[in-house]
Amino acid sequence: MTQLELETTTGDGTAPATPPRRRRRRRTSVFWLALPLAAAAILVFVLPLTGLLPEAGQNLDATRRPPGFLAGGAWSHPLGTDKLGQDVLRQFVTAGRITIVIGLVGAVVAIGPGTLLGVLAGYFRGWVDRVISVLIDAQLALPFILIALAIISNRGSSLPVLFLVLALTGWAVCARVTRSATLAIRERQFVLGLRAAGASETRIVFRHVLPNLAGTIVALGTLQVGTAILIESALSFLGLGVVPPMISWGSLLASGQDELSQAWWIAFFPGLAITLLVLLVNLLGDALLTHHDPRKRRR
Amino acid sequence: MNTSTQTRPAATRPKGRLNAGTLRRAGARVAALLASLLIALSMAFLLGRLSGDPTATILGPMAPEEQRVQLRHELGLDRPLIVQYLDYLKGVFTGDLGQSLQFYQPNTTMIMDRLPFTLQLVAGGMALAVLIGVPLGVLAARREGTWWDRAASTLALLGQSVPVFWFGMMLVVLFAVKLGWLPAGQSGTPRHLVLPALTMSVYPMAQIARLTRASMSEALAEPYIDSARARGIAPLRVVWRHAFKNAMMPILTIVVLQTGILLSGAVAVEYVYSWPGLGQLALQAIQFRDFPLVQAIVVFGALTFVLLNLLVDVIHSIVDPRVR
Repeated sequence: MTQLELETTTGDGTAPATPPRRRRRRRTSVFWLALPLAAAAILVFVLPLTGLLPEAGQNLDATRRPPGFLAGGAWSHPLGTDKLGQDVLRQFVTAGRITIVIGLVGAVVAIGPGTLLGVLAGYFRGWVDRVISVLIDAQLALPFILIALAIISNRGSSLPVLFLVLALTGWAVCARVTRSATLAIRERQFVLGLRAAGASETRIVFRHVLPNLAGTIVALGTLQVGTAILIESALSFLGLGVVPPMISWGSLLASGQDELSQAWWIAFFPGLAITLLVLLVNLLGDALLTHHDPRKRRR
Repeated sequence: MNTSTQTRPAATRPKGRLNAGTLRRAGARVAALLASLLIALSMAFLLGRLSGDPTATILGPMAPEEQRVQLRHELGLDRPLIVQYLDYLKGVFTGDLGQSLQFYQPNTTMIMDRLPFTLQLVAGGMALAVLIGVPLGVLAARREGTWWDRAASTLALLGQSVPVFWFGMMLVVLFAVKLGWLPAGQSGTPRHLVLPALTMSVYPMAQIARLTRASMSEALAEPYIDSARARGIAPLRVVWRHAFKNAMMPILTIVVLQTGILLSGAVAVEYVYSWPGLGQLALQAIQFRDFPLVQAIVVFGALTFVLLNLLVDVIHSIVDPRVR
C-alpha cells in the first residue's frame, strides 16, 4: 500500500526530457541505495559459508546472554543467545536468507499476474478491461488481509499458501499501474505503425508493449519486495507464515516476544533488520519509479 | 476507486441540483461497490465450503455416520450449493452471520462484544496519526527540497517500513519494562490505551504525512496562492485557509479508508498488547479452525469497508461540488 501515490502514473512520454545533470544524480542515488542492499544480501548468503559464525546448537549453560557490546555479554556470541543458549546471530543470518528469498519470490508472484492482467486490460480494452477493472477495484476496495487470514485458516500455513496470499494481496496495485501505462503506450505512433505493418496482437503486446513497461515493472517489483517482507513478517509473527523448522525474521520476532522482559535483543535485531531493509527497498523503488515516471520527473 | 469520479466544468449544469448524469455516475459507483462486496462475500462462502466437513470438527473424528447425516441436515449442509449460497446472502443482509463452532454463540453477538475495544484503539490511533501526520506533511510541502522536507519525508517512509508490531514490542520494552511508566497488555483505563494507540498510529501517520505533502505541494503551487500572498494575507492563514482547504480531500479519503483497514486489520497490534478486540477474535477463530467465525469476521470487515467507501464518496460530493 506504500504506492498510493502512483494512481495517476502515465507514460505518455510527452514530458520534457530531464536535464542530463539531474538524471545523473538520480542514477547515483539508485546506485547508493542498491549498494547496501546488495551488501546485506551477500553477507547473509556468504557468511554461513565462511565458518565465522558461532556454532549451532543449544547450550543450557549460556542462556539469555546479552550481545557482546553490552555489559555481561561476550564476543563469542556477538548478538547474544536465546533462552536455549542458541546463538542469536546465527539464527539471524539463517532467518535473513529466508526473509530475502520470500520477499523476492513474493514480489515476482504478485508482479507477474498483475502485469499480465494490467497489460491485457490496457491493450485490449472492451470487456476484458471491464472484467479486470472490476476485479482490481474489488481487490483494492476490500480489506484483503482478512481474506488472506481466511485462506490460511482454511489451508493451513505453508510456503505455497504464503505465496498465494502475497500474490493475492499484491497483484492489484501493479495491475492498475501497468494498465494505465499500457493505455498510454497503445496510442503511440509505433504501435499504430506495427499494426499497419501487419504485426500480430500477441507480438505487439509481448515484443513491444511489455519491453516499454520494463522500467515501471522493475520499480513496482522493488516496492513489492518491501510489502511482501512486511506481510510475511506479520504473518510469521502470528504463527501463520513460515512453518518451523524454517525460520524468518518474522518468526524470530515471535520467539522473542515472550522474552521481552528478560532478553529484548532476541526481538530487537530482526525487527531493526526488517525496518532498514524495507526502508532501503522503498527508497530504491521510489527512486526507480521517479526515473520512469515522466510526470514525477518534472518536479 | 474514489479517485475515478470524473470532474466536469461546473458551468454546464444548474448549480446544486441533481441531474441525470449525476445520478448515473452515483448509480455506477454504487453498483461497482456492490460488485466488490459480492465478490468478497462469495469468496468467504466458497472458502467456508472448501474448509472440509464441519461435522468432523463439531462431533470429532469418531462419531458414527448417522449422527453426522443428522447434523448435516440440521445445519442445512445437505441442500444444493446454490440454495445454501442464497440462504447465506439472505443471512448477511438480515444480520445473521451464523454461529461459532467453538463458542456456541451467534457470531454477530461476539463481533459486537469485541467491536468497542477495537473502535477505541482505532479512534486513538487515527487521532494521533492525523495530529502528527498532517503537520508533518504540511511542513515538508512548505519547505519542499530543504532538509526539513527530507527529514520529514524520510520519517514518513520509515513509518511505512517498520513492522508495526515490532515497534509495539520495543515500546513495551522501553516504557513498560525498563522505565515502568505505562502498562502493557490488558485494557480498561486510558493509560492502557496509550501504547497500543501509539503503535496503531504509525502506519496511517506515515501514509497521511506522505499524502499531505504531495497534495499540499500541488495546492501551494496554484496561482490563487500567489494571489493570496500578494494581497498580504498572513502566511499561516494562506497555508491553512487557502491551500489546505483545497488539499484536504485526498487526506480525508485516506483517513476514512485507513480506518476501515485498521478496524479489521489490527490483528498483530492487538496480539502484541493482548487487546481484546476483533483482531484477537479473528486470531482465536483461526487457531481453532472455527471457520464460521472467520467467515463472519471477513463479511463484517468487507461490509464496513464498502460502507466507508460510500461514505468517502458522499463526503466528497458534499465538500467538492465539482464532483457532483
